Amino acid sequence: MKIKALSRLAVLILLGVFLARPDWFGWLFAPLTRNGQAAIYTQNSLLNLTLNHLAIVAAATLAGSIVAIGLAVLVTRPAGREFLPLSRTLANAGQTFPPVAVLALAVPVLGFGTAPTLLALFLYGLLPIFENALAGLASVSPDVQEAARGTGMTDGQRLLRVELPLALPTIIAGIRISAIISMGTATIGSTVAASTLGETIIAGLINSNLAFVAQGALVVGALAIIVNTSLFAIERHFSRYRQDQR
Amino acid sequence: MTDNSTPPSSRHVIDRLGIVIFALAIAGLFCPFVLFRANRIVAGEARYVLDALPGWPGYFLLAVLGTGAVLALLRLDARLRLAVSFAALAILAVGLGWAVNSVTPEGDKISRTAPALGFWLELLAFGLLAADSVVRLGLKPLSRIALLVAVGLAIATILLSGIWSDLSVLREYANRADVFWREAATHITLALGSLVAAALVGLPLGIVIHPTRRLRAVVTGLLSAVQTIPSIALFGLLIAPLAWLAATVPAAAALGIAGIGAAPAMLALFLYALMPVVSNTLAGLDAVPSAANEAARGMGMTDAERLLQVQLPLAFPSILAAIRIVLVQNIGLATVAALIGGGGFGVFVFQGVGQTAMDLVLLGAVPTVALAFASAVLLDAAVELVSVKGRT
Repeated sequence: MKIKALSRLAVLILLGVFLARPDWFGWLFAPLTRNGQAAIYTQNSLLNLTLNHLAIVAAATLAGSIVAIGLAVLVTRPAGREFLPLSRTLANAGQTFPPVAVLALAVPVLGFGTAPTLLALFLYGLLPIFENALAGLASVSPDVQEAARGTGMTDGQRLLRVELPLALPTIIAGIRISAIISMGTATIGSTVAASTLGETIIAGLINSNLAFVAQGALVVGALAIIVNTSLFAIERHFSRYRQDQR
Repeated sequence: MTDNSTPPSSRHVIDRLGIVIFALAIAGLFCPFVLFRANRIVAGEARYVLDALPGWPGYFLLAVLGTGAVLALLRLDARLRLAVSFAALAILAVGLGWAVNSVTPEGDKISRTAPALGFWLELLAFGLLAADSVVRLGLKPLSRIALLVAVGLAIATILLSGIWSDLSVLREYANRADVFWREAATHITLALGSLVAAALVGLPLGIVIHPTRRLRAVVTGLLSAVQTIPSIALFGLLIAPLAWLAATVPAAAALGIAGIGAAPAMLALFLYALMPVVSNTLAGLDAVPSAANEAARGMGMTDAERLLQVQLPLAFPSILAAIRIVLVQNIGLATVAALIGGGGFGVFVFQGVGQTAMDLVLLGAVPTVALAFASAVLLDAAVELVSVKGRT
């Protein structure tokens, strides 16, 4: 376990140093260039692109979480139960839409730039969170519900103190999946002129400069792995907490 | 909710989802039905149903959609609701064709007429009604496949009949029919080829690492790390090693392996596909009841016999579920291959984005979505069929 945590820290530090001082690593990427091309992408600072990328993903995931959890709560209440089977089917069918298509179809509505990327990430990110929130809320056993009712809790109290806390690990797993998909889709977002890390990759592909492709890809890959492991750690923390509570 | 205030008697007549569908369908009637552009570049002019279809066809279309909206509001038998939705969708499809034909000047080949907000709202409303009816009917797997085939045939009939031939998307198609089918073949080859490769490698890999806990942890950890790397990054990362391979190993270059093109795309899709195959193989083998294993051992089966005759058949539904996940995922991801010259439907999507030509985006996106959706329905049904068989 210690080795794992240390290697995670090492990746984080290496990434930080690379983003702060990319020129120190020029020698590493130089073999990938041809005919004296630049080894490090300088059109935009890598640090800015990374921060932008993370900000877009964070905003879309946050908005997606709020809306998706809200919808999942709604359709599991008695008043909204009629919508439950259909919404489950729609969330399932919606995930057969490739993220690229969602992104491309958002362009005519919002024009080029960050906005269509945000919309696509938000819409597509809703689905896994919604699905997991439904699964989590459904997994709360009727016995527990009954017991909560027996202690005189109102419907609202039951939702906030019993159902949502018990569903939390599953919901966080959905948020993790959503964030990881968004990390990838945000990268493709640079094809519609969003300023994300995909910019270096696309620039590299256009100029056939593999050094640009590699550094963009490595940074995005490292970020994705860091985000995944951190959210996974939070998920584990809460599921352990949930077991202790029992 | 809205109908809490309505008297109890009407609560049994009005369908809650029907209210949403009714609102969407009625709103759609007041929105532009098609968008006419004199050529590909100029701004569009909105045409309402009655502008595009003067006289009785327009009133007929409005009447059908309005009646459908009212019927959706009522709590009817699910089969009847399904019939209403299909009837409305069919008339909507034909109406779109008529509207586009009548808006397009005679003999004109450069104008572009596309469906507008009104059409999309009607499609959404009656699509929701159809989906809800299918869910409420709780169709058996074979009936679902039959329904999918019927819908596919209906769409094919409309396409072949030429009713839609003046539609902007189909004009883009007509301009590049050869390229379209070539990219379609590439797309399917990429998605299916990588799936077959992943099944051939992932299944034995899962079986081999299944008994050893250490090995399982290492392999699944590695594969899930690959899974988190964004597609375009992985595609990009594979360019360098493959370019090197092509440059140093002449045989590899002769096989068509190159840094840019289909090879890195195929390899990346294969790597993404491995994780679901391996993890579902493991899960399937884990789920084999120990009693079944004991019984097989008691009958004197060798390990190989036990694997082939007991464990794999029992794990099959789980493995098939992985195939479903991988196929749908690969069909979507293969669109990204276009960015590294790998071809596929993504070519049209990214060309369309580059030229801000929505019709071109749709030409790439619609077949991709249709393909992914059809595979999902088909394989979901198959998974359900084999799981039911396994239980009896």
